[in-house]
Amino acid sequence: MKNITIFIAGLLFGLGLTVAQMTSPEKVLSFLDISGNWDPSLALVMLGALAVSAIGVMLSKSMKKPLLAELFNLPTSQIIDRKLIIGAALFGTGWGLVGYCPGPAIASLAYASQPLLIFIAAMFGGMFIAKRWL
Amino acid sequence: MENFTPTSALLGGAIIGLSALVLLLFVGRIAGISGIVSGIWSAKNSDRVWRVLFVVGLVLGCFLAVYLGAPQPAVPMASTPILILAGLLVGVGTVVGSGCTSGHGVCGMSRLSIRSIVATVIFMACGIITVWLTRA
Repeated sequence: MKNITIFIAGLLFGLGLTVAQMTSPEKVLSFLDISGNWDPSLALVMLGALAVSAIGVMLSKSMKKPLLAELFNLPTSQIIDRKLIIGAALFGTGWGLVGYCPGPAIASLAYASQPLLIFIAAMFGGMFIAKRWL
Repeated sequence: MENFTPTSALLGGAIIGLSALVLLLFVGRIAGISGIVSGIWSAKNSDRVWRVLFVVGLVLGCFLAVYLGAPQPAVPMASTPILILAGLLVGVGTVVGSGCTSGHGVCGMSRLSIRSIVATVIFMACGIITVWLTRA
């Protein structure tokens, strides 16, 4: 039951990303291009996602444990350290170079192209390097 | 702003939020794609199954959206060296910074996590600066 729910959550995530056209790197780049022909769509994607997710957060506060698990497995750290800042900066730079963050890149595997596969292979390589040595 | 698509953006965003809501309330977890994916290799076998299931759902969800009429994912316009560099930066950055657009941007910000708010401001700013520099 738990695994089916996780699968459905993944399905919804891929559905939402594609409906929102986050799977179009060019569209993502035109959101980041504030001085050019700016496309504010992605701000509304964030707004819609935050509004619904926040309802979940509010409901979760009144629950002792999740419906299908023994405990809430959530990050609790509040420390702004160098790793957070450098990591976010590196990620943002890579995001701005091509227009892919991890979710849309992986969801787009449904319609894989050679440039996408190159990006994903490099992304997995980067994750592996960071897990191993950083 | 002729390429602005407010309806599909809000609808798609709300579905992404619903995914985060389902994962939180039913399983007690954060819908952070970089965390879920990068954990596939390091996780114990018992922990690997759900991560793979989520990713399979993610890919099938994209199929489903196109079947329902959403535009097909586009092919990125970038040279091979740039694709490799960008992939490496996204891979390293999301592991070192503990999250991406989903984990920090959606889940963390909706929980009002100070770390996620700081991370989101930084990666948005760096994305904007990068686009500004490459398109100048």
